[in-house]
Amino acid sequence: MSKVTRFAAADPGPTARVSGFMAHLREHGFRLGVAETATALQALSCVNPAVPSDARLALKSVCAGSVEDIAQFDLLFDAFWMNEGRVRHKVMSTEQVKSKENSTNSRTDETQSCTGKGSIHAPKDGDDGDDTFAEGTGKLVASQANNLMKKDLRELVSAEDIRAAELIAIRLGKALRDRRSRRRKAAKRGVSIDLRRTMRNSLSTGGEPLRLAKRIRPDRPLKIVALCDVSGSMMNYARPFLAFLAGLMRADSASDAYMFHTRLVRITNALRDDDPLRALNRITLLADGFGGGSKIGANLRQFTNGYARNFVDGRSVVIILSDGYDSDSSEVMGVALAKLRRRGCKIVWLNPLKGWKGYEPVAQGMAAALPYLDAFAPAATLNDLANLDSTLARL
Amino acid sequence: MTSWTNLQTALATTGYIASDDLATALHIAITLGRPLLLEGAAGVGKTEVARALAKVHDTQLIRLQCYEGLDASQAIYEWNYQRQLLSIRAASEAGETGSAVEARIFSEDYLLERPLLKAIRQDIPPVLLIDEIDRADEEFEAYLLEVLSEFQITVPELGTITATTRPLVILTANGTRDLSDALRRRCIYAHVDYPDRQTELAILASRCPEIEAHLSAQIVGFVQKLRAEELEKVPGIAEMLDFAAALAGLGIKDLTTNPVVLHAALATLLKTQSDRAAVPTEVAARIAGKAA
Repeated sequence: MSKVTRFAAADPGPTARVSGFMAHLREHGFRLGVAETATALQALSCVNPAVPSDARLALKSVCAGSVEDIAQFDLLFDAFWMNEGRVRHKVMSTEQVKSKENSTNSRTDETQSCTGKGSIHAPKDGDDGDDTFAEGTGKLVASQANNLMKKDLRELVSAEDIRAAELIAIRLGKALRDRRSRRRKAAKRGVSIDLRRTMRNSLSTGGEPLRLAKRIRPDRPLKIVALCDVSGSMMNYARPFLAFLAGLMRADSASDAYMFHTRLVRITNALRDDDPLRALNRITLLADGFGGGSKIGANLRQFTNGYARNFVDGRSVVIILSDGYDSDSSEVMGVALAKLRRRGCKIVWLNPLKGWKGYEPVAQGMAAALPYLDAFAPAATLNDLANLDSTLARL
Repeated sequence: MTSWTNLQTALATTGYIASDDLATALHIAITLGRPLLLEGAAGVGKTEVARALAKVHDTQLIRLQCYEGLDASQAIYEWNYQRQLLSIRAASEAGETGSAVEARIFSEDYLLERPLLKAIRQDIPPVLLIDEIDRADEEFEAYLLEVLSEFQITVPELGTITATTRPLVILTANGTRDLSDALRRRCIYAHVDYPDRQTELAILASRCPEIEAHLSAQIVGFVQKLRAEELEKVPGIAEMLDFAAALAGLGIKDLTTNPVVLHAALATLLKTQSDRAAVPTEVAARIAGKAA
């Protein structure tokens, strides 16, 4: 038998189910509007929607908009349509549906493999007073396991922290940014006219300067790429760092953010959410394994061989926020950093432990990294980060 | 009803082996008349999709290669200034009046079509390939949004030109920079990855049918193992096909027999100095041995 989710008998139909699914995706950070719901319905009509694999492919091509989305999509699809998460007991919260749901159980005991397992009954909202169940409705199983962590993140970082970090990020950005060249270069649009090129171009139009060539003072911003270690040993410092990452993403549209523990996750898009706290929520879903062990070397290698190829060049500053305690051999880290350096970027390592009296970078990983760093600075609080601008300006 | 599997089969006959994800996305994009955004590493065959689709639909492929600084005059239209000037000179000698000249030099005859304008003015809907959209400036991306949703272009002197047919639009991106949400939302999306072993064998078989099964398996195994190595430029499908052609040209029947020739043929797969250094003759021979 198929594992396809049984929806409530009073369910208003496929349209409502699809919009329920879209809401489900939206809850998990997908940016989908009403137009996408319409497109999704149209897309389903292009395939045979009764075949789960076809429906999955069709919805994936409409709803997922990036590699990160695709990575999450299958899990979310299974949770909603394939009975693997807790089943949603209602598809749309219309008044009339609600009143029915409150009086009858929407699922029947005949449901194939589920017979006899009372716990998979969709919980009823409201009157029976079982709030713990009611809270869990329609959530992904994976995210239930992470629920504790999700709360942690929100408790860790407040909206004020993010605002403060945003100001710091803007300051840092300025320290890096305001280094314009005095020379001018040819540009499509610019403030001044490039007379020499205009004259040259006018030859083909019989001396009429039809197209004005322009010149511009090149803007030469440095782009910040932040890699944040969120392994167990860094948990105490997660607060300023996460706030910093969130602030950085909001302050500077060119910047890029990653976090790593046992694996590396790009969180740039998630953090760019308009609502800073929802952004934190979104990264919890990505950062499955938060507070676990750390493999700095392997992650840096993955970063160097993967993302860095597209996002890091001579005008980037890679900021690594980590205490340098690596469960990998230190060699890996050295090789990865050396390779990253060859891309021409600056590497700044911020270590919360460095602020401690008598700290020496004796951890093997840290010692291996030192030769490749352009700056090695302490950072345990937002204030430390704020004081970085002079360091960064020297780079 | 034509389903996505039919499209997949049709693409296969042109030599393009599409994954289920890609075929569905392509089918939906075509049916709904929406642009398709393809992302993926370099060399996985994103551009090739457009070519294959043009073959399947037996229509023209119009390609717009994006780059930094691409602007309207290169992407949409431009006036043929030289001809306009000549015409003005000729008119002044013939004594023609100002307004008549003006009407003439701003007519279709003097309009140079660039890819976007050309694409919306075809009788048979063409495949419009907007390659590497992430290389273009954000302003251009924003402009594209309008063209892709309305399929009309305004030329101030002529007025608005509405599409006679809707082109099948395919956008590709390498991830050089992040694309705007607005663009992503307007597109059907598919991510193209390096093919798995079976798919790659099928690609090789359809492109180079003269290569024997034994060698094909070795070639594909070798290239796939090579992709797992730490390389700066990972060999794509095109490189794999070059490699196969090179081996066939050299008359090789088995990868493991002659390490020196194998190493020479690596020139088709490894394109940087450090990658060449990372795979010396012995290593190549070892990988070939494992792949065999």
